Amino acid sequence: MILHNHPFLAGLPEALVDRLAEHAHPVTLAPDHRIFAEGAAADRFWLIENGTVALDIQVPGRGTVVLETLGPWTVLGWSWLQPPYRWHFGAVARQTTVATEFHAPEIRTLLAADPLLGYALTSRFLPVIVDRLQAARLRLLDLYAAPAKAGS
Amino acid sequence: MTSTVLPYRYRVADRHPETADTVTLNLHPIDEPLPVFDPGQFAMLTAFGVGEVPISVSGRTRSSGPLEHTLRAVGPVTTALYGSRPGDVLGVRGPFGMGWDLPAARNRDLVLVAGGIGLAPLRPVLLTALAEPAEYRTIVVLVGARTPADLLYGRELEALHGRPGVYVGVTVDRAENGWRGHIGVVTTLLDHAPFDPNDAVAMVCGPELMMRFTAESLVRRGMPADRIQISLERNMRCGVGHCGHCQLGPLLLCRDGPVVGYDRAASLLITREL
Repeated sequence: MILHNHPFLAGLPEALVDRLAEHAHPVTLAPDHRIFAEGAAADRFWLIENGTVALDIQVPGRGTVVLETLGPWTVLGWSWLQPPYRWHFGAVARQTTVATEFHAPEIRTLLAADPLLGYALTSRFLPVIVDRLQAARLRLLDLYAAPAKAGS
Repeated sequence: MTSTVLPYRYRVADRHPETADTVTLNLHPIDEPLPVFDPGQFAMLTAFGVGEVPISVSGRTRSSGPLEHTLRAVGPVTTALYGSRPGDVLGVRGPFGMGWDLPAARNRDLVLVAGGIGLAPLRPVLLTALAEPAEYRTIVVLVGARTPADLLYGRELEALHGRPGVYVGVTVDRAENGWRGHIGVVTTLLDHAPFDPNDAVAMVCGPELMMRFTAESLVRRGMPADRIQISLERNMRCGVGHCGHCQLGPLLLCRDGPVVGYDRAASLLITREL
């Protein structure tokens, strides 16, 4: 487990990283392993160190559609932060993926008891969420599509 | 008359479909060839009887003679050009504008970020850099497309994988089952690309919003704005800064662009209707 090197936790005092680490363990996810399914209890999150994970959703008539892929040094899962603590999307390892898995209920308890740690962690999740929101908005614009009003 | 005023006749020597609506045309001069194009410069291509459009050069640019242009059928003129066949005659004026400042990337990491058809104006830079790899530390090529079927030059990109000193990242906005590559916006590729933002030069081409978000992302990583070059397009007509149709604030893009430093362009990109 190389939590101290993960960019998501960059700048976090070592003592706080150690406290988080008490509720985490390393995992290796096999290719095509379903990490979680939409609607299931969001009781974990992961800091990916190596590999790729696909976020997906079931679409009637189209089957499983991949929405986004997450690569090394990213964070997977934030539905555990907010009630009802259910996954909005599913996740599957696309290749052998090495990550640190955190036990979310214990982390929630830890954050509630220690506002300093709570602030430190949520302020790291916020930019991730903002980045992905912006990315989703950009994709909604369908920038690469042919212009609706034809030019020249 | 000079090549900037009257179209020179070029014959379509070859036509290579890239995607369902995009084609690369190889043009050979019928008369005198136009002067040598620099990477990033553009030509005004004429479909006789239909009209004229600005299209960047997309092939090798080291000698005068044959020209290569990749274009997408989006309107009457580009649709006519798209439909041209080997043997057809087109008109070409140029070269026009300021191209990519490739020497600025010497001894640094060269980062090319393309979105959609924006890969076409960057291809001459890539071909030039690949021909002189010792001049750059790492050549990073990041490409975003709408779907896997919309990727340009797919085989060429694939051939670059594993080449020493070259890193290629490809992403698509959406894909059905079968695509095992990256899915997401092109800026997400920056996270894993091996370059030093403090000692790199970036060249970005694609839809304007994509360029803006990419440039902002690069600046956030520490890259100085004056080392980010973007390619802007407006309503280019005359090509020599006389008619004013392509004005963007203080710039006449056919003359002062299309390639502009992000330090100059940043404020113009968020100004409503100049």
